[in-house]
Formats: sequence, structure tokens, C-alpha cells
Amino acid sequence: MAYELIGITVLWIFLYGYLIVASIDFGAGFFAYYAKITKKNHLINKLISRYLSPVWEVTNVFFVFFFVGLVGFFPDSAYYFGQTLLVPGSIAIVLIAIRGSFYAFENYGSKQSSVYLFLYGATGLLIPASLSTALTISEGGFIEETSEGVHLLTGALLKSPYSWSVVFLAIVSVLYISSAFLSFYAHRADDRGALDLVRKYALFWSSPTIIASLTTFIAMSQHNQEHFNRMMELWWVFGLSVGFFMIAIFLIYQGKYYGWAFIAVMFQFLTAFFGYGASHLPYLLYPYVTLSEGVVNDAMGLALVIAFIAGLFLLIPSLVLLMRMFLFDADYVKGKK
Amino acid sequence: MFELDNVLLSRLLTSLTLGFHIIFATIGVGVPLMISIAEFMGIKKKDPNYTLLARRWTRGFIILVAVGVVTGTAIGLQLSLLWPSFMQVAGNVISLPLFLETFAFFFEAIFLGAYLYTWDRFKNPIYHWLLSIPVVIGAGMSAFFITTVNAFMNTPQGFEFKDGALVNVEPLVAMFNPATPTKVFHVLSTAHLTSAAILAAITAFYIIRNKNSDYHKKALKLTVGSIFIFALLTAVAGDLSAKFLAHEQPEKLAVAEWHFETEEGADLILFGHLNEENEVENALRLPNALSFLATGDFNGKVVGLDQFPEDEIAPFWVHYMFDLMVLIGFYSLGVSLLYLIVAKIKKWNENNKLLLWLIFLNGPLAMLAIEFGWIYAEVGRQPWILRGYMKVAEGATTSPNVGWMLLLFILLYTVLGIGVITVLRKLFKNNPAESELERHYPDFKTEGEER
Repeated sequence: MAYELIGITVLWIFLYGYLIVASIDFGAGFFAYYAKITKKNHLINKLISRYLSPVWEVTNVFFVFFFVGLVGFFPDSAYYFGQTLLVPGSIAIVLIAIRGSFYAFENYGSKQSSVYLFLYGATGLLIPASLSTALTISEGGFIEETSEGVHLLTGALLKSPYSWSVVFLAIVSVLYISSAFLSFYAHRADDRGALDLVRKYALFWSSPTIIASLTTFIAMSQHNQEHFNRMMELWWVFGLSVGFFMIAIFLIYQGKYYGWAFIAVMFQFLTAFFGYGASHLPYLLYPYVTLSEGVVNDAMGLALVIAFIAGLFLLIPSLVLLMRMFLFDADYVKGKK
Repeated sequence: MFELDNVLLSRLLTSLTLGFHIIFATIGVGVPLMISIAEFMGIKKKDPNYTLLARRWTRGFIILVAVGVVTGTAIGLQLSLLWPSFMQVAGNVISLPLFLETFAFFFEAIFLGAYLYTWDRFKNPIYHWLLSIPVVIGAGMSAFFITTVNAFMNTPQGFEFKDGALVNVEPLVAMFNPATPTKVFHVLSTAHLTSAAILAAITAFYIIRNKNSDYHKKALKLTVGSIFIFALLTAVAGDLSAKFLAHEQPEKLAVAEWHFETEEGADLILFGHLNEENEVENALRLPNALSFLATGDFNGKVVGLDQFPEDEIAPFWVHYMFDLMVLIGFYSLGVSLLYLIVAKIKKWNENNKLLLWLIFLNGPLAMLAIEFGWIYAEVGRQPWILRGYMKVAEGATTSPNVGWMLLLFILLYTVLGIGVITVLRKLFKNNPAESELERHYPDFKTEGEER
């Protein structure tokens, strides 16, 4: 059986899940800080904290799942990424650690301070930037393999237009996804003041998102022609993505179906993310690790797949319970519970 | 410091993260059960003192869990960043429990979120208590899975090395290796012991500070009683672990006991020091006790360090780690037993200052024992990262900048450590239990009078 395909699909779904839930969280942090300095925090900060409080830990686990799964399904990639990502990886860990713990300190501990809000806002933008490095180096050209081992070419990474376009795309997508979700949440909570504000954010961040996507396409054609060509073969997937983008913006602009609008946003990123992922193959890390050669042995592959299915039977009902309690319980969302 | 080589720097950074993480991980594994017990007693006895205990413990717990989560994420990533070659092998053979641990943790996180925000949401409080069960199970399962990975590093099995490639991998055999049962038992019993010890220490401290209400007395009885039970279990676990080591990993026991010559009727050496000829001086010797510890027979044969090549023996100083760990374990057992005896005898007062101080000391000591125990477990395995297959030096990263990362993480853990202490102090200082009891349960006083 093709464990490599099952494995990469599972991992990619988790990474997509992280992309969505973490973007909501990261962007919310930035908006909370921005609202504070523009003196509009009374409008949205309560809304943000009601959503974030019960789910922040869950967000983190999506990420852990992805990298633990990567080590399990594709041990070779663990070696290459581990060797090269020491610095960006460590920076990401530190940012995640500061964000997570200071969130808990403030939320469960004492009242809000602006230092905390600043950290919370800043880390929300820096984490996606540092994590996106992993995707950037997977395109090849930033790694050198010598007799001493594998090393990252930091200079090349910092000078590459492709690398910066990915960072830019990561940051604006975070703000766009987050504001689209918060519009939906504010609408559900019947909070007009908050809704007006976050809806404006969503409309504002939509155009940079689509511009950054195009820029990344262009930079990709310069950086890794092969991958670009494979992406062009899947042009219809990216076309669908643009279609979902237009639906989302239309619905948010109309100001009615915010739930459907957010679902369109999710599909916009689902199609783009899987289009990117599918065209990335057969390479996991160009040109060192391919899907079929880097995959784990069959026995472990089977064990992981069984574990994964068993785990889903446990997790999906639990997640549904959590969502019913906090996300779709109208009274809770409105702050009555 | 940048003249240090990568292997040493990687080891330092890993020990730093693990040493910091284990404090929060231990509390994360042990405290949910204490909370669950307290809440259950509150419901059964209809006594809001216990319910409030569960509420206040939860409030402190969630902050410590947050640090546990982020440092756990850190060590998870750091393993790949600092030990890429090791993780390449580990990914092939032992990634199943790593993967399962994430599931267990996910499960725990979901229900912890639900537990935290639903205290007054159910008409029947037993539903809220039921939410604590998956948290307790998730915490225990996380500990179980991750401990099997550590056990695997000590007694690897379930694979073969052929021409530099890993073949015939059996994930379950690797997971249930010989070290797994005793190690899991030891980790779980000590996590519960230490958590109860920390909670008891906090309570004792409040009573010393003249907070002598029913709330605190009940808390002390519950926590010290738990210490006693878990200390007994820990003693059993420790004994089984020693017998396991003697059988499967004799060099690790021998180095901890400074047992050089293979012999029958071996003495147990407590503390002391080694002279230049590696002879033990100034130590307390318990005749034949090592044989008994290792085999259950005072004349049993115990394998010594003479059976192993010199470059495969861990540093001798782990002896002190081992002795301190065991000593503290017995201290916990002794202090909790003393409290229970004094409490049983009506004429004596179990809340006297000296006893309270002893219980207070037991908290930090128990956490130190966890640190000593893990230092022994890890350094005692040296030079191996995967015993018999891969040495630590072969597993480390060759990328530059490990030294800078070490500095970065020292800074991070300092900030987190200070943050945790400040927040916890603030949280409880201005909010004493007595006033909270009145706020949450205003009817309780009158009910009490009727009874």
C-alpha cells in the first residue's frame, strides 16, 4: 500500500488545519493590539478573548501533530529539516513559547497590560514569518550538502525574492483569514460595533492577500521553474481558489452570510494549499528528499495509519463537543454563559 | 563558551529544556488527579471546601500547564533540530508512541479547555466532574507514551541494523521494550507523589502563616494522605526499577552504586567519595543490601563495572543523583507517615509548626528528586543515545550557532520562570480562600449551622 500518499495527505491536512486555526489566533492578536493603540479595544477585545480562551491549546497541538507526524512518516526529511532549521526553528519555538505562556499569564492570571498585548500582537506576525521558512527551503537552493553534513545557506535565503514573498504572503493571509473569521463570530454574537470594525479589516486585507499570492507565483517561476510548471498544470485548482476568494469578498461586502463567507475563505486556502502541495511532489525537500524514497518502512507506516484512524475516532467527537460548547453555543458566544 | 563543541552544546541545551520542562510536565501529569479527587469529595460530602480547593488548584494549574505545553512543543522540535541523525532512526522505529502522545495530549487539551470554562454551567455538578476524567486519562496516557520512547533509548529492540539500514521494524515490540513497565510505573507514581507534595507544601505554608481555617486543614489532610499512598507506590516502583536495571542494564545500576567488581553479597554504598584509584572512601556501607536491592536475595550476584569497557561507562557522579533521589523518596514517605500517625492520635496536634515545616520542605525536595532522577536516567545512559547502537556524539547536529541558541533559551526560560512566579503570587495573594468561599457559596455558613 502507498503509505507515502496516505502519510503526506494526513500531514498536509493537519498543516492546513493549523494554517486556519493558527491564523485566526495570530491575526486576532494583532487586531487586539491594533485596536488598543487606535483606542477601539473596547469594541473587539472581549469578543476575541471569548473565542480564544478555550481553544488556544488546541491550536498548538495541530502544529505539534504536523512535525511529529513528519518525523514518523518521513524520517529522512526530519534529518534535513532538523540540520538546516536550527536557527529559524529555535526562533519560532521562542516566539510560540512567549506567546502561549504570556497569553495564559494574562488571561488566567491578572489584568491586561500593554506590554503583553504588544508581545501578543508582534509574535502573531513573526511566528508565521519564521515558520514559513520551512516551506521556502523545501523549494531547494538554500541548502548545501558537504562531507560535514547539511547546512543552510542563510545569505541566499535572506537575499531571495521568493523567500520574502512567502513571508509577505504568510503575514497578510493571517490577517485576512483572522478578520474573516472574526466577522463571522461577531455576527453570531450580535455585536454590531465589533462587526463593523472586523468587517472593515477583512475587506482591507483581502487585496494584499491576492496581490501577495500573485507575487509568490511570479517569484516561484524565477526560483524553481520545475515546480512552477507543475503548478501551471494544476491551474484550475488555483483558479477555483480565486473563485472562492471572490465569493468570500462578495459575501462579506454584502454583509449577510458571514458563515458562508468564512467557509469560502477556508475553501480558498484549501484549494491553493493543496494545489501547492500536490505540485510540490514528488519532492518533499528539493532535490534531496522525495516522497517515495523518504517514506518510513511499511511496518511503521501501517502502525501510524492505524494509530491515526483510532485517534480520529477519539478526537472528532471531542472536538465536536468543544465546538458545540464554545463556538456554536449562541449564549456562550454572546457572553451570557 | 563558543569553543565548546556541538555535541556538548547540544547536550547542554537539551538538558536545559528538559530540566525546565519536567517541572511543568510532572505537575501536568499529577495534579489533574488531585483536582478530580477534590471535586469529587466536594460533591459526595456536599462540602464546598473541597469544591473550592479543586477550583483554586485548577486556576494555578492552568498557568503551569501553559508553560508545560510551550516547553513541550520546544523539546519536541528541539529533538529534531539538535539530534537530527538520532531522530532519523527514531522516526523509523519509535515514532508510533511519539505520534500517539500527541493524540493523548490533544484529547487532554480539548477537555481541559472545556473543564476550565464550565464550572457553573451544569445543573448537576457531577457532569462537570465527569469532564475531569478525560483530562486525568489524557495526562496519564501522555506520560505513558513519552516514557516508552525514553525506555526505548535504554533498551532498544524491535528492529535490526543490516548494512547500515534499519530492517524488520516492529513498532509495538519497540514500544513495549523491557524498560517500559518499570519506567512508566516509576514516572507515574513519582509525578503523582510530587504533585501532591507541592500542593501539600503550599497548604502547609498557608497554615504556618496563620491561615488556620477548615479549608486549609482539609486540604492538608487530603494532600498528605495522597503523598503517603504515592510514596508507597514509588518505593515499590523504585525497587522494581532497580531489579530491572540489574537484569537488563547492569552498567547503569553499577555506576550509580559505585559497584566495580562483579560479586555475590554486594554492599550498598551510600554517598562517600572516590579517591584517585577509584576506591570508595567515607561512605556508609549497608552489607549485602545491593544484592538484595538488585536480586531480592542478600547473596545474589550483582554485575559490576568490570564487565564493561571503560568508554561505555557513565560518569561516576551520577551516584550522588541516585542517592539523593532515593533519600528524598524516603523522606516523603516518612513525613507523610508521621503526619498520619500524629493526626490519628487525638491528643496530638498534627498542625504543629515543626511538622508543617517538614511538609513544606517536602514540596521543593520532591521536585528536586524528580530532577535528580532524570539526570541519573539520562547521564547514567551515557555514552549512548540509543544503548548499544548509537552514541550521543553521533546523533548531534553539525550546524553552527548551537551556542547562540543555548543563550537564547536560557533567556527564554528565565523570562518564563519569572513570569510564572509573579503571576501565581498575584493570583492568590489578593484572593484568599476564605473570602472566595463566602463569595461563591454564601449559603454554606447557614447550612453548616443547621447541621
